[in-house]
Amino acid sequence: MFLLPAAVLFFTFVIFPIIQAAYLSLYKWNGLGPLDNFIEFRNFANLFGDKVFGQVLLHNGLIIVLSITIQLPIALGLALLVGRKLPGRAVFRTIFFLPYIISEAITAVLWSFIFNPRFAASDMIDLVLGFLPFYKPGPWLGDPHKVMLAIFLVLTWKYFGLHMILYIAGLQGIPTEIEEASRIDGANNLQTLWFVTIPMLSRTIFTSVYLSVLGSIQQFDLVWLMTEGGPVNASEVLTTYMYRHGFVSFKLGYGSTVAVVLFVICLVFSLIYQSTFMRQDYAGLAE
Amino acid sequence: MLANLSHPLRKTLTLVLRYIGATIVAMIIIGPLLIAFFGGFKESGELLNSPFTLPKAWIMDNYHYVLTLGSFWQQLINSAFVMVGTVILSTFSASLASFVFARMHFKGRDTLFNVFMIGLMFPILVAILPLYILMRQLGILNSLIGIILVESAFQLSQMILILRGFFRSIPRELEDATYIDGGTPFTFFWRVLMPLSRPALAANAALAMVFSWNMLFLPLLVLNDEEFYTLPLGTMQFFGQYTANWSRLMAFIVIAMLPAVIFYLLAERHIISGLTGGAVKG
Repeated sequence: MFLLPAAVLFFTFVIFPIIQAAYLSLYKWNGLGPLDNFIEFRNFANLFGDKVFGQVLLHNGLIIVLSITIQLPIALGLALLVGRKLPGRAVFRTIFFLPYIISEAITAVLWSFIFNPRFAASDMIDLVLGFLPFYKPGPWLGDPHKVMLAIFLVLTWKYFGLHMILYIAGLQGIPTEIEEASRIDGANNLQTLWFVTIPMLSRTIFTSVYLSVLGSIQQFDLVWLMTEGGPVNASEVLTTYMYRHGFVSFKLGYGSTVAVVLFVICLVFSLIYQSTFMRQDYAGLAE
Repeated sequence: MLANLSHPLRKTLTLVLRYIGATIVAMIIIGPLLIAFFGGFKESGELLNSPFTLPKAWIMDNYHYVLTLGSFWQQLINSAFVMVGTVILSTFSASLASFVFARMHFKGRDTLFNVFMIGLMFPILVAILPLYILMRQLGILNSLIGIILVESAFQLSQMILILRGFFRSIPRELEDATYIDGGTPFTFFWRVLMPLSRPALAANAALAMVFSWNMLFLPLLVLNDEEFYTLPLGTMQFFGQYTANWSRLMAFIVIAMLPAVIFYLLAERHIISGLTGGAVKG
């Protein structure tokens, strides 16, 4: 009986819609009128046949790869920088985490301004990065080659703080004696970090990678507000693709197909990842 | 080179380097926010040409305009209403459910618990198309109540995960004592468990507040009438209206982010313990 409120809410608004999405994905439907155009798996065939969808997966993949190889190491580095034994670290931690609580809508407006090519702020970026041989000055959000990078920069600005505080919490769980012992044994700082600290952080790192991958797959707000997936699909991701087809062109059947694929990707990834890297945690869930 | 220096000197030097590094990162984080804050006081032309300087003259027009904008206050109230509703509904139903999962024994309990945990794996987005249809059928499209119901439902998984763990750590003896004194399970839940769980509840509530306050996608789909717009939706609309007037936009986002920033400075401890607690234990 105590379960009733939660169960009603959860089954009505979470479980039921998921099942419904799977059902709708087999129909061609514009959201109005009777649901009678059963087309079997043709939505899925169309989806996998769509060249844009291939790009979409590529873009999501790119965000995931960049996040794991660049954003998370930065977060770890900063956690090490301000995590321990630095007087005043609380102030830095507060500042670093600040973007995480600012809404995506505000973040998008702010960065649209900074990336806007008409303004001096973006000249500044050109100036800073101009020394790179492969860097091409000019608009960011309007350039198909640079738009994903721009989005990644904003994602990093906004979300690295989450990973940083996870690492800080993880670091606090490592007794400093262990690291000191390795130093006494003659390891230098880098060796201590690589052979002692990082292995001991592995659980936190697995969690952080997990959240980062799911977050990358699920990102919608920032991309939609800054580029709407453009220019010419250059920043289209799974969620914006779904929104465009499901709601902008009101093909609810096709949109549901994208949703089902999105759900399956999240589910399969979660199950495989958790049983491979987070075995204990998952067992903890089921105990 | 560093190795040749004497030990205390080396220590001081690394400390200084760490401060320099941390300060540079802090500036990258704060920089865009300062550009926005000072930008709100500038003429648009000045903001475009010299975004990094202090305003030549502090113009109040833009901030004044936003602060006297009826729709802005309406959106603030709507967002606050949705946030409070979501926190109350989700906390209440999640704690009752967590109590069952942590304390009671019945067949199928663990299966049911795992079903609730499915919610951790996907966002509202995945279910949004059928949700839209469902809400249309239930007649809660274009209403703040509808948003509260859905947001609460999607908060449950995480809350139950955290609260169940916390409830389990409360000694069994306290429960037995309640029953000996003639209390019901609800007495125990309400008089003993809930007061003892205040830190976990606060962490959960803080997370739910951030989640609800920043939620854009759901209101974007569900709300049609501007009178119901929440703040993120209002921000998006304002962005569309004033694309040419950047200083006004900057003033808007600075004021719009203030409640969240103030809340963060007050509740940082709870937000962070919610995030790390959930992730580390999860």
